[in-house]
Amino acid sequence: MTKFDLLAINFSWLSILPLMAISAAAIAVLLVGVRVDDEESEGLGWLSLAGIAVTFVLTLLMRGQHDLTFSGALALDDYTVYFALAILVTAAIVILLSLDYVPETGMVGAEYYSLILFATLGMLLMAAAGDLIIIFLGLETMSLAIYVLAGFARRDPKSGEAAMKYFILGAFSTGFLLYGIALLYGATGSIKLDAISRALSSPMSSPLLLMGIGMLLIGFGFKVAAVPFHMWTPDAYEGAPTSITAFMAVGVKIAAFAAFLRVFTGHLGGVRAEWNWVLWTLAALTMTAGNLIALVQTNIKRLLAYSAIAHAGYILVGMAAGNAASGAAVMYYLLAYALTNLGAFGVVIALGRKGVPHDLIEDYRGLSTRHPMLAAAMALFLFSLVGVPPLAGFVGKFYIFSAALNAGLVWLVVIAAINTVIAAYYYISVIVAMYMLEGAPAEDFTLNRRPALVAAIAIALIGTVLVGAFPQPYMSAAQTAFSSVLSSPPPTQVSSR
Amino acid sequence: MSSLILTSVVFLPLLGSLFVIISGGDSKSIWRSAFIFSLVPLGVSIYLVAVFDPAQSAYQFVEQYQWIPQFGISYHLGVDGISLFLVLLTTLLISISLWYSAGGDIEERAREFCFFVLLLETGLIGALLSLDLFLFYLFWELMLFPMYFLIGIWGHGNKIYAAIKFVLFTMFGSALMLVAIVYLAIAARDHFGSLTFDLPALIQVPLTVTESRWLFAAFALGFAIKVPMWPVHTWLPDAHTEAPTAGSVILAGIMLKMGTYGFLRFAIPLFPDVAVEVTPIFMALAVIGILYGAMVALVQADLKRLVAYSSVSHLGFVILGMFALNTQGVEGSIYQMLNHGLSTPALFLIVGMLYLRRHTHEISEFGGLWSRVPIMAALFMFAMLSSIGLPGLNGFIGEFLIMLGAFLHTWQAVAFAAFGTVLGALYLLYAYERVMWGELSNDKNKLMPDLDLREILSIVPLMALMLFMGFYPKPLLSRMEPSVNALLTRIHNPVARVESRSARRLATASPLPAKDRADQRGLCDCIFWAGQGVSKAEVCAGEEVAPITVNEAKDPAALPLSPFASGAAGGGVRS
Repeated sequence: MTKFDLLAINFSWLSILPLMAISAAAIAVLLVGVRVDDEESEGLGWLSLAGIAVTFVLTLLMRGQHDLTFSGALALDDYTVYFALAILVTAAIVILLSLDYVPETGMVGAEYYSLILFATLGMLLMAAAGDLIIIFLGLETMSLAIYVLAGFARRDPKSGEAAMKYFILGAFSTGFLLYGIALLYGATGSIKLDAISRALSSPMSSPLLLMGIGMLLIGFGFKVAAVPFHMWTPDAYEGAPTSITAFMAVGVKIAAFAAFLRVFTGHLGGVRAEWNWVLWTLAALTMTAGNLIALVQTNIKRLLAYSAIAHAGYILVGMAAGNAASGAAVMYYLLAYALTNLGAFGVVIALGRKGVPHDLIEDYRGLSTRHPMLAAAMALFLFSLVGVPPLAGFVGKFYIFSAALNAGLVWLVVIAAINTVIAAYYYISVIVAMYMLEGAPAEDFTLNRRPALVAAIAIALIGTVLVGAFPQPYMSAAQTAFSSVLSSPPPTQVSSR
Repeated sequence: MSSLILTSVVFLPLLGSLFVIISGGDSKSIWRSAFIFSLVPLGVSIYLVAVFDPAQSAYQFVEQYQWIPQFGISYHLGVDGISLFLVLLTTLLISISLWYSAGGDIEERAREFCFFVLLLETGLIGALLSLDLFLFYLFWELMLFPMYFLIGIWGHGNKIYAAIKFVLFTMFGSALMLVAIVYLAIAARDHFGSLTFDLPALIQVPLTVTESRWLFAAFALGFAIKVPMWPVHTWLPDAHTEAPTAGSVILAGIMLKMGTYGFLRFAIPLFPDVAVEVTPIFMALAVIGILYGAMVALVQADLKRLVAYSSVSHLGFVILGMFALNTQGVEGSIYQMLNHGLSTPALFLIVGMLYLRRHTHEISEFGGLWSRVPIMAALFMFAMLSSIGLPGLNGFIGEFLIMLGAFLHTWQAVAFAAFGTVLGALYLLYAYERVMWGELSNDKNKLMPDLDLREILSIVPLMALMLFMGFYPKPLLSRMEPSVNALLTRIHNPVARVESRSARRLATASPLPAKDRADQRGLCDCIFWAGQGVSKAEVCAGEEVAPITVNEAKDPAALPLSPFASGAAGGGVRS
């Protein structure tokens, strides 16, 4: 049988063109980087952007297909495309944010950009995974690159600490994930998501299955920073270079949720009753703990870290609902979350200087008089995080709440709603500093007026407003995309066992 | 009748705010353009009142376009007799606020100030005209944050504390309201087959008693905080005291009305059975608010805080009248919203003028100002008498109608509330006496200048309207009446609702939480309350004859509720 299987592998090179393009770009940046001065790494950034743009176009061409290739290892559907596009936009904005930040903080450009591209490759793999091994592969590709990036500011001990913590806990969690995959294989006889969901279509409840699902939950829980697996997040986010913090907070989270959502809502739906309540609890814990701890933060990066935890909690509310509408809601929410957070981190980068990060909330005092546009942008991002209509963050919450109410999770939604009020306090405290308190306590700093940075913030800002005020196209895209996960592709395409 | 008149009155201020923020120019030209931009919607709303058809009870000038069809969310605006004058009041007070603030009250960051005030106007008017709950929520939140900036940036004293308290209180209420709105839309999906946030459609949605009680509670909490009703009023004195004058004017004049308006437009029509059911609670809370607000106002040493607490008292009257749920009461409460929207802003303007001269609100700092500033004293007197409810001025009509309506419903409530009017006279007259009469007691006041023309002109329009509304309420009341009566007919006529409710139970496999038997009991109570004609014993006896369990599908006709429901129709409208 094995022989036949090898021969019967059906694959199309076309389907992995985006993955190949981004890998090629990563290698190209690395090679070209050998001949480029560290000081002049901006060109490498543009090269990476070009690579991302090519990948973006190639991904767009994949729309509307519904197929499994490489014997079911890669899923080529709208779901993949949706998340791939979101990840690529994230990577592109992160690179725009880095163009000035990298030379300014004295980081080595070539490795930096190629690692970002490799991490992006891993994220794309996670989004496209048709079986559990590919998820693992993508997760590792992404994580290894990000571990290095987190410690990229070599001379900053905090950065080293961030990398170390992230690495150790990350490796630990990957172990859980892998173990979960093994147990799930034992329970269902396959690592292919498709086959797993077919095996689970008749009710089954074996200890093996339950343990496997539990381990998977822990593994994903670490990556999406759900409480109680969130301990690494604040330190890693605070210590890492800010552009990488943005990448971790947004890119990693999107990719992890892409896989999480596909596996759980998409393919473990048959045994939903077994894991639903766990997600319910995780969601309630995550948003409440994240928001409560965020209340006392004085560092904006830590504040955004805890806010990211809380937002993972809101997304978990959608996951707990576990129906088609909630899947689409989670997808839309991730898009809104990505744009808003990238913008907020962009503003944090804009205020920083080498050696003087200016990342305390105190440093934002009086920003509205010194840099009104920057303050207004930050205020809008924060309002989107609070969930003020008609910004993207609000529509995302609205979408998730309605999906969860639809599934009957009234109390969870009430907890979430109360959480949004708690959250409003700390977001608003930043706005208070910017608009209502006088001048910064330390020396006044000048704004980094680099066009790439401004462009990144502007893109995020326009996105935050547009995706919120006119959500229809994105909602439809998310819905079509998610329905492609729920309906399995034609059986002929799946290799027989 | 489809035109863009409502859209223009909502979005012209937004246009103005964007113009102000991007246009150059010195502060003088900013004030001028902002004021002119505020006059345009004022003109439009005057035109709106003029062309409003007083005989119609339905929404007029309705505009509806799809916005997010996936969720059944539409851009749906409409005006009726309940919202008409509140729109006019809003546009008027915004213009007055800008006119007054330009005269030296706001000196720093005028550009942002005008931006936020105009943005706020869009939020306020949008909330008044929205007939789609999603759209309403959008505007409801939109008016929160500009006000937060107004208090936090241009306020006095402990302004940041006040601003944050204001935001958190209001957000707490609105967050739960959002959950209720979405829940309601999903119930509508089970009823109609598709999600909708459209108010006229949602009114038709049948709900179980437990559902509608919880949903009403969520809406009511959101609105009660905004009103604010006792005991959730504690944000108000802080917000008012620390806000700049224009902020207080808008806050007291319009924003508080959003709470009472929300009750009338959403909470009561959506959950009429519950509204009838909770009437005693709300009347009690209203009476407590009236007396509590008045008594606390009596002991205030700070003039602005005194006026703030008087709002708690006055809005207690509004709630009292509203929950009488009869024509007099509801009309009186709408009228009183308008009265309060004229007299309290006038009082806040006077207090602001005093503050501008002396930088204090302490009553003890003043005394005997009459001789120094006779014009101010006269205007203060006028506004105060209107607030007290002197016959011949607007306040009297509103309070009278409210008392009448409440008396017809529960005379005991009026017996207590009447003390509120006495106390109202007491605290205002007492404050007036200490500020204006007697010998000039504080040397610092010796050189106090009297009002200038700008200041006089900012109060005169309010005074004119007070007089007009005091002498000739008919044009206002006659425009309110059809809408109010339509609302009341719906509340007191439960037949249609009960029948369709039974239908829904059978027709849908609801994903909503399982209802228990207690619901049935509650339903009986409800019909009892609303119908009046049928005794509770009879209704509940019916339940024993043919008990229903929720999950059992039965022929609608076999439900024990329908016969009693039609019997209850005889109860009719209270008059």
